[in-house]
Formats: sequence, C-alpha cells, structure tokens
Amino acid sequence: MAVISIGEYEFEPLDKEENFHGNRLTYINWENHLLFCSPVCLPLPADMPFAALVGEVLGGVYAKHPDFEKIKWDEVTWRLDGKDFSPDMEKSLGENGLTHKSLLRFWTQGLHGIAGSNS
Amino acid sequence: MAAKRKKKLGLKQRYSMLTRGLDWETSYQKMDDVFPYDNYEGIYIHDWEGWEDPFRLTMDAYWKFQSEKEKKLYAVIDSFAQNNGHLGITDARYVNAIKLFLTGVSPLEYQAARGFTHVGRQFRGVGPRVACQMQALDELRHVQTQVHSMSHYNKYFDGLHSAPHMHDNVWYLSVPKSFFDDARTAGPFEFLTSISFAFEYVLTNLLFVPFMSGAAFNGDMATVTFGFSAQSDEARHMTLGLEVIKFMLEQDERNVPIVQRWMDKWFWRGTRMLSLVAMMMDYMLPKRVMSWREAWDIYFTEAGGALFKDLERYGIKPPKYADIATKEAEHISHQAWHIFYNYTHAAAFHTWVPDKEELDWLSEKYPDTFDKYYRPRLEYLDKEEKAGRRFYNDTLPMLCQVCQIPMGFTDMDDPTTISFKVSEYKDDKYHTCSNGCKDIFDHEPMKYVQAWLPVHQIYQGNCGGSEMEDVLKWYKMNLGADNLDYNGSPDQKLWDEWQAHRTKV
Repeated sequence: MAVISIGEYEFEPLDKEENFHGNRLTYINWENHLLFCSPVCLPLPADMPFAALVGEVLGGVYAKHPDFEKIKWDEVTWRLDGKDFSPDMEKSLGENGLTHKSLLRFWTQGLHGIAGSNS
Repeated sequence: MAAKRKKKLGLKQRYSMLTRGLDWETSYQKMDDVFPYDNYEGIYIHDWEGWEDPFRLTMDAYWKFQSEKEKKLYAVIDSFAQNNGHLGITDARYVNAIKLFLTGVSPLEYQAARGFTHVGRQFRGVGPRVACQMQALDELRHVQTQVHSMSHYNKYFDGLHSAPHMHDNVWYLSVPKSFFDDARTAGPFEFLTSISFAFEYVLTNLLFVPFMSGAAFNGDMATVTFGFSAQSDEARHMTLGLEVIKFMLEQDERNVPIVQRWMDKWFWRGTRMLSLVAMMMDYMLPKRVMSWREAWDIYFTEAGGALFKDLERYGIKPPKYADIATKEAEHISHQAWHIFYNYTHAAAFHTWVPDKEELDWLSEKYPDTFDKYYRPRLEYLDKEEKAGRRFYNDTLPMLCQVCQIPMGFTDMDDPTTISFKVSEYKDDKYHTCSNGCKDIFDHEPMKYVQAWLPVHQIYQGNCGGSEMEDVLKWYKMNLGADNLDYNGSPDQKLWDEWQAHRTKV
C-alpha cells in the first residue's frame, strides 16, 4: 500500500518532468567544497551539451570559490545517480544518460577547500 | 415556603457528568459511520473506557483557570511595551530568534489547534475527545498570546510583519509547515502520536526550554512571560501524549508495531525540524544558555532514555536512528546555520559570522569537531565579508523530499560528505537526506510525491516570477531590510543608534 488512507488515494506527483517548461531538474554537487552548503538544483534542457554544463553553468554556480579556477577538468571524476561516470563532453546531457532529477557529483583531485577543511 | 435549594454536585460527580456524562451511543446510525476515522489506521481499541483522562478538568474550570493566567500575561505584555522593553535585550541580533519563532513556530500552534479540533471530533471515546478539545483551545490561545507578546518587536525590527503569509510560502518555513501538514493529514491516532507524543512529550523540552531560557538570558521578558503562561498547558499536553501511547499499547498487542513505526517516523521528523532550534541556540543567542549538544544530552539522551526504558514493557524500542540523531547533535547546528548563511539574501531574518569570543565558545563546546570542520570556514567567511565580498550562494539548493531542508547535512561518520539517499517510485526519482527520511518516503510514497518543494515550485513558475527578486517580493519580504547579513542591516543601525544615545545620557 502506497499510503494508509480512509479511501481511494491516488494523486499526481507535483514534480513531473512536463511541469518544468522543457527543462529537467538536475542536481549537482561539488564534493569536498562545503562552502556551498548543499548540492544545487538547476532546470536544464536535455539537449544542452555536457561541455556547456562544465564551461558555462558550473562557473555560474561555483566560480566564487578560490579553488574553482584551479580545477583541472580532465582529471575530474564524476558519478551519475550513484554510478561511476565518464561524460562525453560533445554529447548532450540526455545522451550522457542524465534524466529528470538526476544527481551528478564531481570530485576535483588535489583540491580540499578552504584551509583544507573540505569547505 | 421557600423551595429547598438544590445541592451542588461534588467534585468527582461534576467531573464525571461534565466529561464522560456527555457521551451517548448512537441508535439510528452505526457508530462506525459516525466515527469513520478512528479505525482505518489499523489500531484496535476494545474498551474506550480504558482511557484515563489525563487532564481531570471540566470546561468551566478550564475557562476560569485560563482567564487568570491571561490577566497576568497581558499585564506583563503591557508593561513591557510601556517601558520600552525592547531596549533591555542583550543585542538586536537576538530578535532574529524571535523572527524565526514567530514565522516558524507560532503558526504551528495554529496548525495544532486545527489538528486537535479535527481529531477531537473523530474519536468515538469521550475521554480523548474532551482532552483533544481542550488542547485545541490551548493551542489557539498559544498562537494568540505569542503574536501579542512578540508584536511589540514588530514596531521596531524588520521581518516580523507577515508571519502567516511567510509560513505558507517561504522556502525554509516549508520545513515546519510540511511537518504539521503531514501530521494533520494522517489519521487521528497517528496525529496524536506525532504531535502529542513525539513532539510534545519527547522533544518539547528541546524546543521550548531553549527558546524560553534563551529569552530569559537575553532580557526578553515578554516572551519569558508567555513561556510561563503556557507552561501548565504544556504539562497537560505532555500527559496526553503519554496517555495516548499507553492507551494504544494496552488495548491490543497488534497496535505495538504500528505505534513503533509512528514513533520512529515522528522522532526523525522532529529532530530534523529541531535543527532550526539547534542553530538558534548555538548561533543566534547573544548570551548563550547551553550548547545544542548539551541540550540534546540532557533532554533526549537522559530524559528520553528513561522514558523509553519505561515503555520497554510494552515491547517498544527507542526510536530507530536515535543513535544517528545523537551523533548529529555534534554537527547539526553548524550545518543548519551554514545553510542559512548561504541563503540569507532569501530569508526574512539576518545571519552573521559569530565574533571571536563566540567562535571560542563553540570551539570549547565542540572540541572534537568545531575547529576541524567549521571554524576555518567561518573565519574565511568573516574575512570575505570584511573585504566587502559577503558570500551568498546564488543557486537554489536541492531539497530533501520529506523534511524539505536543503541537502546540507552530511554523513555523520564523514562530516565532509553530504548524505544522499534516493528512492524510485513510478519511474521518478525522489531524493532524501537520510535513511530516516527515506524510510518515511518508502512507507507512504503516494503521500510524499505531492510534497510542495519550494525550489521546484519556483522553477515551475508558481512563486511570483523567475527572478529571485520576484520570488522574494511574492514572499512579502522587504528587500534590503528583512534579508541579508546583520552587518549593515537597518536593525543594526537602529540598535547602534540607541546604544550611542544611551552612552551620551
């Protein structure tokens, strides 16, 4: 039973993909950089190239951090929805396997945040 | 000859006639049709007379008692206003705790009044019906007296002007709001377990004591007096909480696993909500009472430990994940404050970096963790702010589907890594911040897929517009006054002027 209820109980989820005007919610987290208190949530089109996510979107989110400009993007390791992941920069987010409400985490080698505190 | 005067009822007789004596068995409708709500949750009740009335109050005595308290309270509120009581507080930063209380907690009192009114109708036993009716009135009184106690601050300080509207719409206030929405939309027995037991009995000391002693320590007499005035009500509410648990457990052993699951769920939801109180205690009180860690050890580990020992004979175990919550007591206040520091531009109260003395206090209270994980970050933020680069997070956060808090809590065994949990339901992903929240989702996914998550609602275009400024206006925030850092705020400016004036006199 999906709920304990007094009668029939069937409702639409509030966050279905079609409610986001052609975008998909994408959750992103830069690991070991908790200056940004939590992962972020962004509505992104499925046909956005992965390179644009890295080159344009992530800068807008994280460039305030002094470590950001030190990131060596070819050494970054990624996990998508709990699995190791090697993105193809030329392909779109959708072609890379990102779906609505996917969680993308990335680790930047050698960078450990403010005074090494993982912040 | 004059008619013989009728004898007055004795106390016991009077009590019995004005409570149990008000009940009747229906004749032309089935009791199950009149009270459809009290058996769908799977709780078996064989004898409603087994309910021990915890209040022992009749309605006429209740009115008399409450009106006495009311007179005293309003006398103090008046004198607080006439004597410019706001000038006697320790520091204007303190008022931010009041802002959080008025927008986050007081509306819950109203939600509680609604909840108890509803379940007060739904039990077929008269004992719990009368108890719930009185508590509904208490809760209504609490929201009114809180609004009256705190309204004095609204004359001088920002962020206190639209509490009900903010409670229903603002992103972080969806945390307490969704907590109560979840409880009120459950069945009557779950509602009492969530609010009367888990919240009022197990966790209330962690909410009320910090706020009220915080008020006392910081010179806020209006709020302290409200606290005293509510105290005898709270004592009754706690007794109701324990009674309902014992009643369910004694009626049928099939009730035990259901009650256990509710305890697990509502303990967890309660601790998540209390992260707001944790940061209030460790960061927002200019004069601190005790650390969150200390409060948790006293009020949960010790007092709660004794309670659950007592419930063992019914086959009840301490709440699942109590061990995790105890580990969290070391981290939760710092992580919650950091979330608000990140997003203070979108909040109706101010945040700030604690001064050096306050940082030292935190280092002393959290010797194993504060210097290692949190102090370097706060010192960096302080440096940035002083250099004119106050840090704000410009991107909306990912939220937990159940507690609705931004996903800023870490794995407690690894405080540098965010804790991520996910469930699949009908081809969609639902993210949660902890196993506690994930269990709640997985048990009743159909309920939580409807969660009104503020971030997602903003992106759907349901919150006033697509720009941050549109959303904040839709929240009814006065930009540049209600939000942003305490340093440079109109609150600070006014307070500093008062202080300067005082030294001149």
